[in-house]
Amino acid sequence: MFDSLNEAVDRAEAEKISLGELALRSEAEEGLRTRAEVEHALARALEVMRGAVERGLPGDLRSVSGLVGGDAARMAHAVGPLAGTVFTDVLAAALAVQEVNAAMGVIVAAPTAGGAGVLPGVLLGLAKHRQVTDNQLIRALATAGLVGAVVAVRASLSGAEGGCQAETGAAAGMAAAAGVELLGGSPTEAAHAVALTMQGTLGLVCDPLGGLVEVPCVYRNATGGAIALAGIEMALAGIRFPIPVDEVIDTMGEIGRTMDVRYRETAGGGLAATPTGRRLAKERLVQLKPRRS
Amino acid sequence: MVSLLDIIGPVMVGPSSSHTAGACRIGLFARGLVDGQPESAKVELHGSFARTGTGHGTDRAIAGGLLGFYPDDERLRESLELAAKAGLAITFANTKLRGEHHPNTARITLKRAGQQAVVTGSSLGAGRILITDVDGFAVEVTGALPALICVAQDVPGIVATITSALARSGENIASMRVSRRQKGGDAIHIYELDSPASPEALEALRALPAIRMIRSIPRIA
Repeated sequence: MFDSLNEAVDRAEAEKISLGELALRSEAEEGLRTRAEVEHALARALEVMRGAVERGLPGDLRSVSGLVGGDAARMAHAVGPLAGTVFTDVLAAALAVQEVNAAMGVIVAAPTAGGAGVLPGVLLGLAKHRQVTDNQLIRALATAGLVGAVVAVRASLSGAEGGCQAETGAAAGMAAAAGVELLGGSPTEAAHAVALTMQGTLGLVCDPLGGLVEVPCVYRNATGGAIALAGIEMALAGIRFPIPVDEVIDTMGEIGRTMDVRYRETAGGGLAATPTGRRLAKERLVQLKPRRS
Repeated sequence: MVSLLDIIGPVMVGPSSSHTAGACRIGLFARGLVDGQPESAKVELHGSFARTGTGHGTDRAIAGGLLGFYPDDERLRESLELAAKAGLAITFANTKLRGEHHPNTARITLKRAGQQAVVTGSSLGAGRILITDVDGFAVEVTGALPALICVAQDVPGIVATITSALARSGENIASMRVSRRQKGGDAIHIYELDSPASPEALEALRALPAIRMIRSIPRIA
């Protein structure tokens, strides 16, 4: 796969194909799997994503620690000024997938389990309001995969290495490109959507209470989806971010490498280190002492 | 090389690709070492596995792996109860392993039908694992391919004997690694294969006096 999103965009524009189509062709050219096998795996991922949203929306799940659950259902009955729009549907779907994840349900790591709500949130939230086919959604997933592969090589996809900017931030960048692909935007617009999204998540720390993928992870997937929507709208409106997307991704990597270890999934800083964060983690972890069976 | 499916995937039971999916694969690998359902297992959790493992279901994920469940199997959630029902006695303990280890590491000691296996493995993130020790031998196995693991006496020609047995039954070797504890002592052989070793090849090798232990490990990634 590519190690430069700018190069991938140039090639897709030159060949007059979308980023998703380019990603599917390149993956097949690398020879490990046929195109049909890749499409089949992405179709299964799509099916699991749909299942996770459906499973999470009723709101009857609780996480392993009991700290999260039920908020996707609240969001599905939004009452604010954006109720019933793509925006609230994206938030609800992202929360739903993360609540399923926290309750040991089946999800698709995209790129990780901790950031697994953003991509299905954005894609299935958009799909609810647009006529799109599964084939379009599969190409959008391939677009997201291409973006994630570039981020993996140039920066990182691990909260322990680069903070939450490398997990929900990367997921938001992937979702922004996928959303542009789904809505028929150009490869150039997709790249700007990634840049406009990821500039908004730079520096985001990974600070989970007790080290668990629960608080704030569940909510950060929803806000990640919201930032991706902002990136998609700005790019489709013709806004062009002045810093090339590869350099934005490199910046995320550079910030991650110099980020204090307290902010890299160790629960040593940020929200995890607040008085309430520490108290909740202590209460929950006491209940969770290793047991015998 | 990063594949699209490394990024969009794996399909897995939550909540953590390293603490849950990777942990399950370490359990699956250990199960492969004793050719099936163990009777007892001692699971020692090191580093972050010890600190936050229970909240991430690491214990359930490893127990599920020991039962033969893959990372996307929803039975991982109740694997501790299922293990008890299946007669698999598991004990968990937090430990600090000696030497350098990845923060997400587990050591598993298994017993089955009079045999014992001890395996140490680390979860590297995104569900990828690295097995670092088998029965006291330092190894590096990822589970990305089927493998043949054996402990053999350090005698001339033993590698040729094993590789020709594999060649005769049509298995192609993707990578191989041989290391011994001391000259003339036991050596551990790890062959990563494009397809699992055939029962015939295993049978033929098991009959050799120089081979003390031989096991076929399925692809677990």
